[in-house]
Amino acid sequence: MHFDELIGHLGQHTVDGLSKGAIYALIALGYTLVYGVLRLINFAHSEVFMVGTFAVLILWNQLGVQNNPPIGQAILFLVLGLIVAAVASGGTALALERVAYRPLRRKNAPPLIFLITAIGLSLVFVELFGQVLPKLLGGALPDVFGRPRQIIGMPTIIQQETLFTIGNTAITNIQLIVFVAAVAMMALLDWFINRTRYGRGVRAVAQNPETAALMGVNQERVIMLIFVLGGIMAGAAALLWSMRFGFTQNSIGFVLGLKAFTAAVLGGIGNLRGALLGGLFLGIVEVYGATLFASNWEDVIAFVVLIVVLMFRPTGLLGESLGRARA
Amino acid sequence: MRRSYVRALGTVALAATLVVAAGCQDSGGGDGGTASGDCGGKIAIFGAFTGDNAGLVIPSLNGAKLAVEQFNTANPDCKVTMQEFDTQGDPAVATPFANQIAGDNSFLGVIGGHFSGESDATMPIYQAAGLAMVSPSATRTDLTQKGNTSFYRVVGNDGTQAGAVASYLKTQNAQKVFMVDDASAYGAGITDELGKQLGPLVVNKDKIQERQTQFDATVSKIKAAQADFVFYGGYTREAAPLVKQMRAAGVQAKFVGPDGLYDTAFPKGASGGAEGAIITCPCLPADKAGGTFSADYQKKFGIPPGSYGAEGFDGATIYLDAFKAGKKTRADILAFVKSYDKQGVSKYIKFDAKGDVDPTKVVIWAYQIKGEAIEALQELKLS
Repeated sequence: MHFDELIGHLGQHTVDGLSKGAIYALIALGYTLVYGVLRLINFAHSEVFMVGTFAVLILWNQLGVQNNPPIGQAILFLVLGLIVAAVASGGTALALERVAYRPLRRKNAPPLIFLITAIGLSLVFVELFGQVLPKLLGGALPDVFGRPRQIIGMPTIIQQETLFTIGNTAITNIQLIVFVAAVAMMALLDWFINRTRYGRGVRAVAQNPETAALMGVNQERVIMLIFVLGGIMAGAAALLWSMRFGFTQNSIGFVLGLKAFTAAVLGGIGNLRGALLGGLFLGIVEVYGATLFASNWEDVIAFVVLIVVLMFRPTGLLGESLGRARA
Repeated sequence: MRRSYVRALGTVALAATLVVAAGCQDSGGGDGGTASGDCGGKIAIFGAFTGDNAGLVIPSLNGAKLAVEQFNTANPDCKVTMQEFDTQGDPAVATPFANQIAGDNSFLGVIGGHFSGESDATMPIYQAAGLAMVSPSATRTDLTQKGNTSFYRVVGNDGTQAGAVASYLKTQNAQKVFMVDDASAYGAGITDELGKQLGPLVVNKDKIQERQTQFDATVSKIKAAQADFVFYGGYTREAAPLVKQMRAAGVQAKFVGPDGLYDTAFPKGASGGAEGAIITCPCLPADKAGGTFSADYQKKFGIPPGSYGAEGFDGATIYLDAFKAGKKTRADILAFVKSYDKQGVSKYIKFDAKGDVDPTKVVIWAYQIKGEAIEALQELKLS
């Protein structure tokens, strides 16, 4: 137990936790959006994120990006990365919906069928990037698929530097970018859902699909929209991940997806603002737990906190419901 | 309704964990075929031939393949076959293979395991079946301390390696060593051994978990400790992101790791972060191996032998010598391995009563990461 370490650098650990949790929160949005509308846990969403990281990796690899490019180029690489990751992740999410979930929905399959399909799809994607693509593309992209199933490093786009210090808490440029970008993406999504016509359609379907359909909302279009939106958020998370941690692997989505899903449940699944709160809360709890005990305890602490929270607030911190997400 | 849904999610998450954990196994490859005539036989080799840490094991597999191939060419009337079992380094995958190998009487000997965890899990099975195990790279000290009579290794153990790491750190005038390990059989084992040898030089430690990706807490602890050396006991999969995140956070401490990091996936995965890191390994630099091994290996596989290529070759050679001497039963071969006494390409091979090679014959080298290559730096004193 290292109480003095935790208390002595509480600010630093909180900042570390916030920047860690921001990525969880972005991924959690994908789970929460789909759950809010379809009451479906899309476990394959973790692989939507993984595809995004590979898209960024392939882009930077093809552009021949080296470590620490000049700032102008760095921004260009990040913006291009965001676009490519958003397209790849959004496209993957949409494809999942069209190929796997829609036929099941047409046949009115029970919820468990969707769940097992999602888990199966997740495995399919993991092995697609672990075995199939390396066989097909190993020759063409040796730096990406030449070493199947192993971790693959990416160039450092922005060197981490301390921007400013408050007390004994140092805040780095990367942490600030990750946090601000993640919150901005979420604010954008929140605005989209709560203020636009499309968003109104999403909320209407979430509240009552039949009535929404009677009112002229195209339910299929809404479902496609939420998958794409969730995918775009995962793509943004993939870019931020690539910038901050600079590596990926075919199996990278699993643990992160589980954490993001936890964050979504913690905040109240189906609730956008809940996903943000849950992600940040989870990130902080993990860093505190790892500091207090050892790093291999962080998951234990995180899940104990989840269980305790759910005991007292079974619907999460902010309660579920996308339809009434007004906080 | 919704409440029970949320409750169900926990179960589902758990199920997902199990499914994914069990989902990625390869079945044992290679072709069978039994021995013909009075000479020859079949052996098994198991280890992580795919997966996160395969880069560490493949050279040993290749070395063994090379030995078998050379033997079969030189002795056309004495065919030896070797069947591969890819465990991905996972004890849970290695155990069913061990039962399969033990139950198939055509297998007369086993090369492996390559990692300590899988060796530990399967030793009792092979012992019960009277099969000899010769490990090219399982280094955890207590593998040979448990009274097992069929496990032998042609590599120095972690106690010896930890002694060499300690002496290296002392010659480098280390004052504050921060130790991190992955809580695995191997990683925690060697880190604890080193901790004993370093004593008060260890300023703090942390344990991470396998497949962890984000190391903020560990990095803050290293920073807070103002360590001048970080020792990481574990494998490449976690070491690469850890060292990268350390460097990104401005930690200048020298990074030192044991043979688990002897894999070019380490510098590649860390994309620059691993520059200058030190790896110790009880494996010889390619050009120091005996005979024509390095040249033959290079010719066959197009790359120089990496970690444990020579040890894999030696492991296979022990069995090949046994077959050549006309040994045809598991018991005879086990006895032959036990009394083996011959110069190998990696070192002089003679086992003590517990199954370790003579510690005075063990050589441990320090390597350094330069770019994406692992370059031999110096031979280390053993204590």
